Amino acid sequence: MKYAPLNLGRWILWSASALLFVAAPHLFKGGFALTMMTQMGTLIIFALSYNMLLGQGGMLSFGHAVYSGLGAYVTVHVLNQVGSGSFYFPVPLLPLVGGVAGLAFGVLFGYVTTRRAGTTFALISLGIGEMVFAGVLMFPGFFGGEAGISTNRVVGKPFFGLTFGPALQVYYLVAAWCFLSMAAMFALTQTPLGRMANAVRDNPERAEFVGYNTQHVRFLQLVLSSFFAGVSGALSCINFEIVSAENVSAIRSGGVLLATFIGGVPFFFGPILGAIVFVFFVVALSGFTKAWLLYLGLFFVLMVVYAPGGMASLILMQLRVLRAGRWRELAVPYALAALAALVALAGLIGLVEMVYRLSEQGASSVLTALGLSFDARSAPPWFAFAVALAVGLGALRLTSRRVGERWGAIQADLQAKAAA
Amino acid sequence: MTDTHRASARAIELQEVHKSFGTTKIIHGVSLEIRDGERHAIIGPNGAGKSTLFNLISGRHEVSAGRILLHGNDITNLRPFEINRRGLSRSFQVTNIFHNMTVFENIRCGVLWSKGCRYSFWHRVGGLKDVQRRAEEVMERIGLAQRRSILAGTLTYAEQRALEIGITIAGGARVILLDEPTSGMSRTETTQVVELVRSVTQGRTLVMVEHDMGVVFGLADRISVLVYGEVLATGTPEEIRANPAVQEAYLGALHKEAAHA
Amino acid sequence: MEFFLVQSLNGVSYGLLLFMLSSGLTLVFSLMGVLNFAHASFYMLGAYFAYQVSAKIGFWPALVIAPLLVGAIGMLVERFGLRKVHRHGHVAELLFTFGLAYLLEEAVHLIWGRAAVEYRVPAELDGPLFQIMDSQYPIYRGFMMLVSVAMLVAIWLALTRTRIGLVIQAALTHPQTVEALGHNVPRVFMLVFGGGAALAGLAGVIGGNAFVTDPGMAAAVGPIIFVIVVVGGMGSLAGAFIASLLIGCLQTFAVSLDWSLGGISISQAAPVLPYLLMVLLLIFRPKGLMGTREG
Repeated sequence: MKYAPLNLGRWILWSASALLFVAAPHLFKGGFALTMMTQMGTLIIFALSYNMLLGQGGMLSFGHAVYSGLGAYVTVHVLNQVGSGSFYFPVPLLPLVGGVAGLAFGVLFGYVTTRRAGTTFALISLGIGEMVFAGVLMFPGFFGGEAGISTNRVVGKPFFGLTFGPALQVYYLVAAWCFLSMAAMFALTQTPLGRMANAVRDNPERAEFVGYNTQHVRFLQLVLSSFFAGVSGALSCINFEIVSAENVSAIRSGGVLLATFIGGVPFFFGPILGAIVFVFFVVALSGFTKAWLLYLGLFFVLMVVYAPGGMASLILMQLRVLRAGRWRELAVPYALAALAALVALAGLIGLVEMVYRLSEQGASSVLTALGLSFDARSAPPWFAFAVALAVGLGALRLTSRRVGERWGAIQADLQAKAAA
Repeated sequence: MTDTHRASARAIELQEVHKSFGTTKIIHGVSLEIRDGERHAIIGPNGAGKSTLFNLISGRHEVSAGRILLHGNDITNLRPFEINRRGLSRSFQVTNIFHNMTVFENIRCGVLWSKGCRYSFWHRVGGLKDVQRRAEEVMERIGLAQRRSILAGTLTYAEQRALEIGITIAGGARVILLDEPTSGMSRTETTQVVELVRSVTQGRTLVMVEHDMGVVFGLADRISVLVYGEVLATGTPEEIRANPAVQEAYLGALHKEAAHA
Repeated sequence: MEFFLVQSLNGVSYGLLLFMLSSGLTLVFSLMGVLNFAHASFYMLGAYFAYQVSAKIGFWPALVIAPLLVGAIGMLVERFGLRKVHRHGHVAELLFTFGLAYLLEEAVHLIWGRAAVEYRVPAELDGPLFQIMDSQYPIYRGFMMLVSVAMLVAIWLALTRTRIGLVIQAALTHPQTVEALGHNVPRVFMLVFGGGAALAGLAGVIGGNAFVTDPGMAAAVGPIIFVIVVVGGMGSLAGAFIASLLIGCLQTFAVSLDWSLGGISISQAAPVLPYLLMVLLLIFRPKGLMGTREG
């Protein structure tokens, strides 16, 4: 895993992050921004815990929502008990409950799932996820059936004057836990277990020959990861005040996988970036278009094919060139490629939105965008958007080749300088 | 000498070991003993089963029949990590390193268990002085101290082979198995590796599979010749060179190569 | 008694359908090392294409056209997508097919909407095939079994008797050697992937009207197929066959039986049973029933 090069650099980064967490509500004002940031904070913990499995342990899981969701269910019951006065438990410490619950299920399911590795592990995790999802619907007594269990977070004695009713207080609660979890998960990477998890990821066979039981390493890594997943589940429960089968669904599991991947699996900060972008995509975009899931899926697939290291890898690659002072040479080729991509994107969006509108029962076939309106039933818009898509893709092919050539030349130069 | 005394003077003992993969029999009843502290080379034509023997001893494969003892203890069919924890470490013919980790981290992985770290997730590995010191030491030994922060996957072939040996010896195992440590190397690189092997196996038991006869005759105290999964002969280099059966089965080219050594 | 017979036949016909799906998945996995997460999506596409073609032309042409269309899409996916991802490793390939499954489901949403479509059993196949005591066994179920068996026999013959089949078998374990002998291995891969997709599409054609054709059908049957592959043992066709019949019968019987245990009826628990089977197997026999290849 790649980290900040100097210790001083690391201290600066962590302090800056802490400051950003504290200052964010003042930088991005408004209720909408606040809910988005709260969700981002929760997803950051979830995605980082997921990357403990994938990026650090080499375990691809399709069922990670099991741990966060079950953690959320346990939390919601505890919270309801607190609300009905059975016992006192401070609300801000509830994520610990979620964490411990997640950990317990990590031990339970982890024993079964870590017996195999690779693709088999991925499929087993999918199976466990489906099993838990179906199981949740089977026991409405504890899980509340399809409607789920709702709760109220403003219960018990206020914690140092905080009731956690206002959204701002919830944000700071999430932010605090997010920062703590980030620090804890980073610290874990610097332990013997963390290093051996990397070793098992890279070469499980060799790890056995240096004295480590790879299955045990994977099991422990999964258990620790499920703790943090449970923490994020509890925070989600506090934030939304409801937990339902959706919390353990394949959709949730798929979502954290997407978020982590587009952020960048090989880097510690990748999932942080991915979580922020993912929430933004989902929350902001879903307001604009019904096809947002299609766009998200397309974005994901393109990343898998062209940038499997995620956005983090793309950024770091630019930084390297930037530091060598050569980024200026890429500015124009990048701009041209971006222009081509925009044209293609406009064409694609036009076509997709028109198809969507037509397939909608009883909706008008007239769309408006940027002040222009056009009828999806007429031929000209189809022609125009199709042309835009085709031309854009063609131009993108040419311009990206330019970028590739320029990039290759710079890399060759830099390598030659490094070897000299 | 009593039996147990004699037994523990043997670092490794193979008793009538057989190995078949499906219907193909590779090892036909091999009985072999490696003396404590000696440097023992296993030679033989390709396909004789030398790597298979290593795999059986180190736990990569299970035996079809027979027993394997390490310092008198039965290690037959134990898992590789169990055998490693009992003091046996092996290298691989096809470089088997952690390619996404730096040179230093690679070696450190080889050190961790031997220093009692186990599966700790509450110690900062950078603060474990014992571990850090041992890893630095090994890195110096194998001559890769200058390359400590380079990703192992980007090293040159010879550097990777050196790292391979480094990881193998990092844990301080008493018995070292090296599988073709000089394969694919030039004359100079081979000489360097031979010196490295000689120095790091001082006071330990070394078992080595090798094709380069110059290396074998220069380094080995005793040699075993494996042909078609059977031990043809075991003895000192002179005995082996003079053995007519070995000459017939294998050594035609040996005289020429040894003369060049 | 008749209940047992009827349900057994139902279980077997469902199991054979599952085997059609899992065999295609296993073949592609054995040959290319990639587990196609979007395999069930090809099943879905087959059903939807068959629906469109049946509506415009008829069921019997759909039986041929739909699988071919899906196969063509499969080949395009391999040629322009999977091949590019191949060098990034198995995880990337799996993620690519995962993303593809997402995309295909959204594409189906886009074109046909979120509600189920009326893909019906054709009139000539609708009706009783024979009587078992008091119950009637539908023709269509028999037809499904017939098509499944015929297709699998055809594949077995193609793999073992034709030249291309032998090339595929050889490329299974020694792709470089086969390429050195002058065969176009990438093209072979493309054909196999397309073939697997076509097989899934065919399953969709005959399954879509027997069960339901809606955008959720891929997500409904996908995990079951993966469980079958894990239970049977990754890469084992025989294992997939046994597991398919086992799970097909298990689910069919569970849904129709009236037993309860601790307040939960077995029909309520039916969705969970295949996964429970998988968990039990993993505890006692991690390699699967007849595992050959580690994923």
